[in-house]
Amino acid sequence: MIWSKEETLSRAEMEQLQLSRLQETVARVYEKVPYYRAKMQEKGLTPNDIHSLADLRKLPFTTKQDMRDTYPFGLFAVPKDELVRIHASSGTTGKPTVVGYTRGDLETWTDCVTRIACMGGATTKDVAQICFGYGMFTGAFGLHYGLEQLGAAIVPSSTGNSEKQLMFMQDFGTTLLVATPSYALRLAEVAQGMGINPKTDLHIKTALVGSELLTDAMREEMHAVWGKDVRITSNYGMSELMGPGVSGECLEHCGMHINEDYFIPEIIDSETGEVLPAGEKGELVITCIKKEGLPLIRYRTKDVTRLFYEPCACGRTTCRMENPSGRSDDMLKIRGVNVFPGQIEEVVLSVEELGPHYEIIVEREGYTDKLTVRVELNKETDSFAELQRIENVTRNKLKVVLGLDAKIRLESPNTLQRFEGKAKRIKDLRKKQ
Amino acid sequence: MVTKQISVFIENRKGRLGEVLDVLKSGGVNIISMSLADTAEYGLLRIISDKPQDGRAALSAAGFSSMLTDVFILKIPHEPGALQQILRVIADEELSVEYMYGLSAGGNEASIVVKMSDLAKADEVFAKHKIQTLCYSDLI
Repeated sequence: MIWSKEETLSRAEMEQLQLSRLQETVARVYEKVPYYRAKMQEKGLTPNDIHSLADLRKLPFTTKQDMRDTYPFGLFAVPKDELVRIHASSGTTGKPTVVGYTRGDLETWTDCVTRIACMGGATTKDVAQICFGYGMFTGAFGLHYGLEQLGAAIVPSSTGNSEKQLMFMQDFGTTLLVATPSYALRLAEVAQGMGINPKTDLHIKTALVGSELLTDAMREEMHAVWGKDVRITSNYGMSELMGPGVSGECLEHCGMHINEDYFIPEIIDSETGEVLPAGEKGELVITCIKKEGLPLIRYRTKDVTRLFYEPCACGRTTCRMENPSGRSDDMLKIRGVNVFPGQIEEVVLSVEELGPHYEIIVEREGYTDKLTVRVELNKETDSFAELQRIENVTRNKLKVVLGLDAKIRLESPNTLQRFEGKAKRIKDLRKKQ
Repeated sequence: MVTKQISVFIENRKGRLGEVLDVLKSGGVNIISMSLADTAEYGLLRIISDKPQDGRAALSAAGFSSMLTDVFILKIPHEPGALQQILRVIADEELSVEYMYGLSAGGNEASIVVKMSDLAKADEVFAKHKIQTLCYSDLI
């Protein structure tokens, strides 16, 4: 089922809609967001300079650093009292990235996710269990309201406690699973350990996976454990833009359809900032053209992908993006959570009993990511209690900043490698495992 | 009277203990007694030696996290209940032991190394109860 008529507009109709929304958005941020006005004035631009979609490339980029510089509400285009929801995601260092929604934004968001759920085969009859963390993270709430609008019955089971998740699945007859691909695999593993066969004892027909890259290998593995007929689609989004619902895969499995009437995608060369032609690989840049609270202009997602504009066999005409093949920055995805090495560095530097050097090791144990941070002890001690305290302080600080549990490995001074050029402090062993 | 003990932090890694002993050997440090306590990831090696200052300096120069700690070496009769009696005194005087390990035993006497929570008070208590403490010269 195709949820909205905007998903099947002709290219000319879509471009016309995009242009009028872009012009409105640019005029609004120019008027309401001093930060954007200043950036545009620096380039000698006014909203009147946007005559066509091609003029989009004249506009300045927005980066995570801009959000950090204007923390928390500096890029918002509405007064705070018009907001009805605030979420946050990890910043590169220090303060998180804050996003806010007006009532209209929540409707837009819900609509975007409903479309993506339909693309992935969700129906009103589904019992949808949402195994994303409910909290400041946008993932769970996005899928929750989108599927609810569609008419599915929501089981907001959140993350953790896999045995209980499986009990609900079995007892409620859950048919649709929302999770990260690695958690979907982990659940199947736990089920087998409990003597539950996911293929015959559970009733999952559809899996909407996101918040983490779905590789072909993972999709195959998911079919192997959940059944070959389960419909598995990935979806894409990020809280800065809205949350999940920016794009999603249809059952043709030929890329993720971008909700183009809300988001204009561009692909740029991440070094030069030049816009690349359709089909070429580069960094995805998104402009929000229907958002009220936080309408980001040319937001650099740092995700590397390609765009295709040919209409899809599913009937949709919206532009499709490939599953991102990497990042143009050093962000890591660990258990579906965005982690920037800078955040870890900041914590390490803040613990005075530790030296400034560190190494981040990410491994996969079974289907679960494991984060280990090696640090050097900078305090002489004869007490296990003190060593334990240093470990706990570091682990707790990391937990606050990352929202993830990490293992701390204390080492002697001068154990970790020193770098003269660009430091290589990250060992991501998951790719090889 | 307190004695200087060398405490060294070592990761649980193959050959790491050997490296510490190499450093001490090169420094001409003779080990009189030692204790190695460990967790899953790391351990603390505690050493009574003839040259604690030299040993510690050599270890620091070799990049080990080490320090000198004041401990007591107590002389106790080599008979059932002797250690129990000392611990009773320590408890009654509201002192506590952070850790202890054996040092030597021979003939009618044994000695143990104890790290006390309160050094000054421990010194008084040991004197008051006539618990004999030793130093290096008594050991070599």
